[in-house]
Amino acid sequence: MSKKLDFKVLFMKNIVPVIFLLMTAIMMPFSGYSGKFLVQEIVTRLGRDTFLVLALLIPLMAGMGINFGLGLGAMASQIALVFVTDWHVTGVSGVLLAMLISTPISLVFGLFGGYLLNNAKGREMITSYVLGFFMLGAYQIIVLFGMGSIIPIGDEGLLLSRGFGIRNTIMLDGVAGSFDTLLDRLFGFRVQIADIGIPVVTILVVALLCLLTWWFRRTKLGQEIRAVGQDMGVSAASGINVSRTRIISMLISTVLAGYGYIVFMQNVSVMPVYTGANTVATYAAAALLVGGATASKAGIPGVIFGVALFHLLFIVTPMAANRIFGAAEVAEYFRLFISYSIIALALVLNGWNAKKEKDRALFGHRNRGGDRINTADAQPEPATPK
Amino acid sequence: MHTDNQEVLRFENVGKSFFGNQVLKDISFSLEKGKILGLVGENGAGKSTMMKILFSMDDIRETGGYEGAIYLDGVRLDFNNPMDAINAGVGMVHQEFSLIPGFTATENILLNREFTKRSVISKAFRGKLDTLDRRRMHLSAQEVIELLGVNLDPDMFVSNMPVGHKQFVEISREVNRENVKVLIFDEPTAVLTESEAQVLLHALRTLADRGVAIIFISHRLQEIIDVCDSVIVLRDGELVKDVRKEEGYSVVQLAKWMVGRDVESKSARREKGLDNADDIVMDIRNLWVNMAGELVDDVNLSIRRGEFLGVGGLAGQGKLGIPNGIMGLAEAGGTVLYDGKPFALNSPKAALDLKLAFVSEDRRGFGLLLDEPVYWNVTFSSMQVLNKYLKRYLGVRLRDDKEMRETTREYINSLEIRCVSEKQKVRELSGGNQQKVCLARAFDLEPELLFVSEPTRGIDIGAKSLVLQALKSYNEDKGVTIVMVSSELEELRSICDRIAIICDGKVAGILSADEDSEKFGLLMSGLRSDKESA
Ligand SMILES: Nc1ncnc2c1ncn2[C@@H]1O[C@H](COP(=O)(O)OP(=O)(O)OP(=O)(O)O)[C@@H](O)[C@H]1O
Ligand SMILES: [Mg+2]
Repeated sequence: MSKKLDFKVLFMKNIVPVIFLLMTAIMMPFSGYSGKFLVQEIVTRLGRDTFLVLALLIPLMAGMGINFGLGLGAMASQIALVFVTDWHVTGVSGVLLAMLISTPISLVFGLFGGYLLNNAKGREMITSYVLGFFMLGAYQIIVLFGMGSIIPIGDEGLLLSRGFGIRNTIMLDGVAGSFDTLLDRLFGFRVQIADIGIPVVTILVVALLCLLTWWFRRTKLGQEIRAVGQDMGVSAASGINVSRTRIISMLISTVLAGYGYIVFMQNVSVMPVYTGANTVATYAAAALLVGGATASKAGIPGVIFGVALFHLLFIVTPMAANRIFGAAEVAEYFRLFISYSIIALALVLNGWNAKKEKDRALFGHRNRGGDRINTADAQPEPATPK
Repeated sequence: MHTDNQEVLRFENVGKSFFGNQVLKDISFSLEKGKILGLVGENGAGKSTMMKILFSMDDIRETGGYEGAIYLDGVRLDFNNPMDAINAGVGMVHQEFSLIPGFTATENILLNREFTKRSVISKAFRGKLDTLDRRRMHLSAQEVIELLGVNLDPDMFVSNMPVGHKQFVEISREVNRENVKVLIFDEPTAVLTESEAQVLLHALRTLADRGVAIIFISHRLQEIIDVCDSVIVLRDGELVKDVRKEEGYSVVQLAKWMVGRDVESKSARREKGLDNADDIVMDIRNLWVNMAGELVDDVNLSIRRGEFLGVGGLAGQGKLGIPNGIMGLAEAGGTVLYDGKPFALNSPKAALDLKLAFVSEDRRGFGLLLDEPVYWNVTFSSMQVLNKYLKRYLGVRLRDDKEMRETTREYINSLEIRCVSEKQKVRELSGGNQQKVCLARAFDLEPELLFVSEPTRGIDIGAKSLVLQALKSYNEDKGVTIVMVSSELEELRSICDRIAIICDGKVAGILSADEDSEKFGLLMSGLRSDKESA
């Protein structure tokens, strides 16, 4: 009895990653990509994205939901990257300078977002969406009208033809590959394992962040953030300053997201000035969810696994769709479609248990909390939601 | 003013009213170091309110504070919030849990008082970035747990614990603080089984011997007599008696002071036996239930239509697991036939649709909607499940508030639920009265088979027989089959037709209520007398 039970429970717990793993496995043969190509892509994308997704862990721990701080940090970094490009600071120093500039901007954004979310406790999800749009508007005003007019921009190549406002896309040639290929440039040859190029420094940076996150979770502050995330009432009653803790986690997350975005951009090297932040935030949230994170629980291995799986799906599906439907232009729509459906599906699956608990409260039964019991309860439900 | 150096706490003419409703009047008493003070009174007498005042809870301040004065160590209290109270050395174990379910016992006990390892950068961040010293935390938690004398795994997640263990975690947290002078225990034993309660009483004595002054609230009067050095009795918000142990008092005496009249407990049992041995309403075969601390292994039980079946047994043997498993609140397996048809386990909704209802033993969260009025709580489930209280206007179904309120008023009268009106928020009711609301809700579901778990926990001695009486009349007059799980054997014997004793996750035997207590004792301890095993 207990063996069968453990397996079922394990399955229900990891239902999201399992479904996506299956989807990918089915799609893979249709795409026609070679194994080597896929591995190379995954390695590159792991380096590119993991930092960003890790930045989501802390606000999630604090019970502040997914998605929002990341967009803010990314915007801060877009501003920083515009400056760095304008000043022609290149290579590693360009990246480091961008990080330096992004920090105070991220802090201001984070503070603002944190205060607002504190006034909307328990309604984080919807508030963050509305706020996301609002902040995007504010950002666009700065970049589209402020830059080149009030804020001096020297390089006219960055500006729209009317003389102010930044172009839709800018090339980050100066910082491109600063981390990814740093060793390659130092050594003078391509660092690779079995023909697969390895972005060594990027991976080291990510590893450092993993280490930091792991350490942070073990600190007093990390514990307070976890407590606040689980139950604000109990935390407050034990003397934890709930509002401050939430703002701190927001700040950490925004700053880290900013750095993550810069790491991301030095790999992609083409920056969509007006849409980049949002897209990246959406992808990161999707990757986190694919890795099996729930609204309150996520870990480092889950993040890495999620990034890999999400991107595999991301590479494979459009091509498979293309081959099956024979239409090249669907690919891009398909990508967006996938990421949003992943988010929706994961939220539905996660919401499932929450709803069951609520139903029970209605019928006068106790919400028993326990993970074990929750997942076990979900058993008789169909494994594939419609 | 002169204070005896042994005196820790003194109330002087303390009073409190909520929106013009005076619930405490002119309370004065004092408490000495190392003494245990019992606080008794009917449901809604004002016990919890009194303790909330001492602990400076938000609901007291937000409703206009209190009258009179409280002195701690001779200094007049001027707390702004519970943190001030905690820092001054007042600890409180709440009637509702305040634990973080996703944390382990250790993490909860040491919440915001964690041990840390100093690090280089610690100064700059006021210690916030020190890493936790898990080993010392574990040891410290272990130490209080041992002091309390319970068997509890400090590394277990609170969400996986049985209710009784949660209670001990909560107590451990209060005890673990360094400067505790006064500890308030508001019905800590209500969710404990008798043996767990014994452990707790023992722990209270240990704490008192270490110099802590304790205020202990309980409806189990025998406990009060066993452990307290003095007792104060509240009746309708007034202090009617303040006696020391030396002066002597009995359960009957205490009950009389509480209620203001004699309390008799008469047997509620059916006069003539039931003749229905063959009419089985629910047949349970090989039931297993995976419920924390109450594992059911292999239960076989036939419930006869219209009977009042008791389920008893020692703590942790699985008696609570049975209703929780059948009602879909804990994972279960096995074969259950209801009215001869297969019954779906693991589905609360299916159970409700078949007109089963359950009053949970877990009185800390019976799923009441605390911010909704009483009538809404009583009638909402039956509106959902049975489509009661709906009337049609021009083809649109509307709620019939008037009928909902009228029905609720009937329950308020029959169960003597103490509230201002049926429109009062449940949050504002006393613990025992909230429990009665749960019962009313179950009755209103018009079940054919009703499971009640520990229905009289937290109910005062006077109201106990009222609740049992109500159950009995539902059983006899409306023909509802009732399965009552209780750890109080005497309570079961006073009302049930048959009593099944659960031991080690199995039915050890089923006895008629008027068998000798000796036989019950044997079954509970897992030994069978020869006759039973045949
Ligand atoms: N926030 C509130 N607003 C209005 N009335 C309240 C509030 N809190 C308590 N009361 C009322 O004060 C009275 C005393 O309640 P209290 O909780 O102190 O009772 P109690 O003695 O602890 O009872 P029990 O044994 O049932 O726990 C009750 O009539 C209750 O309805
Ligand atoms: Mg009370």
